[in-house]
Amino acid sequence: MTDLTRLSLADARKGLKDKSFTALELTDAYIGAIEAANPKLNAYVATTPEQARDMARASDEKLAQGQGGPLEGIPLGIKDLFGTKGVHTQAASHILDGFKPEYESSVTSNLWRDGAVMLGKLNMDEFAMGSSNETSYYGPVVSPFRAEGSNANLVPGGSSGGSAAAVAAWLCAGATATDTGGSIRQPAAFTGTVGIKPTYGRCSRWGVVAFASSLDQAGPIARTVEDAAILMTSMAGFDPKDSTSVDIAVPDFAAAVERGVKGLTIGVPREYRMDGMPAEIEKLWAEGLEWLKAEGATVKDISLPHTKYALPAYYIVAPAEASSNLARYDGVKYGLRVAGKDITDMYELTRAAGFGREVKRRIMIGTYVLSAGYFDAYYVKAQKVRTLIKKDFEDAFHAGVDAILTPATPSAAFGIGDEALAADPVAMYLNDIFTVTVNMAGLPGIAVPAGKDGQGLPLGLQLIGKPFDEETLFAAARVIEKSAGGDFAPRQWW
Amino acid sequence: MSVDAATVKRIGRLARIRIEEDEVTGYQNELNAILGFVEQLSEVNVEGVAPMTSVTPMVLRRRDDVVTDGGYAEKIVANAPLSEDNFFMVPKVVE
Repeated sequence: MTDLTRLSLADARKGLKDKSFTALELTDAYIGAIEAANPKLNAYVATTPEQARDMARASDEKLAQGQGGPLEGIPLGIKDLFGTKGVHTQAASHILDGFKPEYESSVTSNLWRDGAVMLGKLNMDEFAMGSSNETSYYGPVVSPFRAEGSNANLVPGGSSGGSAAAVAAWLCAGATATDTGGSIRQPAAFTGTVGIKPTYGRCSRWGVVAFASSLDQAGPIARTVEDAAILMTSMAGFDPKDSTSVDIAVPDFAAAVERGVKGLTIGVPREYRMDGMPAEIEKLWAEGLEWLKAEGATVKDISLPHTKYALPAYYIVAPAEASSNLARYDGVKYGLRVAGKDITDMYELTRAAGFGREVKRRIMIGTYVLSAGYFDAYYVKAQKVRTLIKKDFEDAFHAGVDAILTPATPSAAFGIGDEALAADPVAMYLNDIFTVTVNMAGLPGIAVPAGKDGQGLPLGLQLIGKPFDEETLFAAARVIEKSAGGDFAPRQWW
Repeated sequence: MSVDAATVKRIGRLARIRIEEDEVTGYQNELNAILGFVEQLSEVNVEGVAPMTSVTPMVLRRRDDVVTDGGYAEKIVANAPLSEDNFFMVPKVVE
């Protein structure tokens, strides 16, 4: 029998429908793969095999009667940021030690409504703050990819590093992830997977641990563009419990995947051509444009003049919102408590022990930029710059651009414990240089594997779309996926 | 702008994060590296630009002012490190 974990989500769905195998068999195959791989990859921080088997059995009953939802019997991994009732939900932080919510996030509720099976919770950077999955309290995730001829461990990217690694290493058919500055697209690019951050407001944030509320969006990571579209259709939807959830219909995204790019205008922003950009990324970008042209798209040079200010503005806005959101972790309501001589002492000791260094650093920056006397100079200024960044995109779209093509990351995956990155927080932040603009403007962005670097590591391209036009992104990403034609699967060493 | 050691300690107190004496210099360097990086925003002319308040053009929805949720105190305190009779327990706050 073929290894069921190697099937795409779409093919697994067909197999279940045709009764080639059962949801329980599929689920057991993934549970076995996780048990074998997780000691080496550390992608899951908690597994729920019994719950998974129960859900799979329930799916099999429905499938036997020719019923079931669009994801009936499909085993998924869930980022530890999503509240899952009665199951480990800690944002990979020590401060949420032992937290098991009494509720289920809206996005995961949508997935279970559509029949999906939960395999467990996926590792991530603590509170989604990081680009390498090294800030997790549960230790780094090891990428399933290694450079050719090397056995050094690489990062899977972050913050959704567990999601990306688990999808790439066949430890789930697809995964939920979240993206505040690039946390879906950067790990997808590092692991040869497809990741989409939808338009702000497309997926409910209710029940998802908050990092920076005006930037956070949930989205899927999957092995193909079609799989990502199928997952996106189930995850999205209006939710009255999230005041920023947008009340518009969710299209069948999978129906847009084969639509092609004929007649579309693809923008190429000159400001994304950074000094010192590796030649292979430059080449990949040019190839991507050729592939889109070959399928009937027109390529147009555009300018997004405030691009270089997106990352510095982000490092004011995101920490400011984080310092406010993370004020709730005080040792009283849930999670860790460290005793002190009075209540303030308890707060300070609990937060000092419960948060990791990167999280504390960002809370400190956020507290500083929001403090009396600095608010206008930092926070208000950054929000004004954000208005300009958004206007850059609006101008491009008004001038007839349908989608924008850029590299997804400035490099391929780097090593775990990279000393130069550890010594300089800003160097790590530069990983998000091509993705963060999209969050600042609330737009949808997709990362799709397009090539490999000189060491055989995957590289991704990013497509940026108009608000609520994820369909065009799926269609254009599919053209790149088809044209690249490569095999972006890792060679199994684990 | 850059922060000195006293400011690092003050931010720590505001953020309710204990900063030990031997951690001050490390945080000071890291915060100054980040503040130095964001300093480039001073190049941007933002005269007449409105600060962003909502990334999607939307009016916040309103709903009827009625109770739609609640009545499960035991669930609210279920994850508390210390609770009694559905109250959160904390060290004494007032003498």
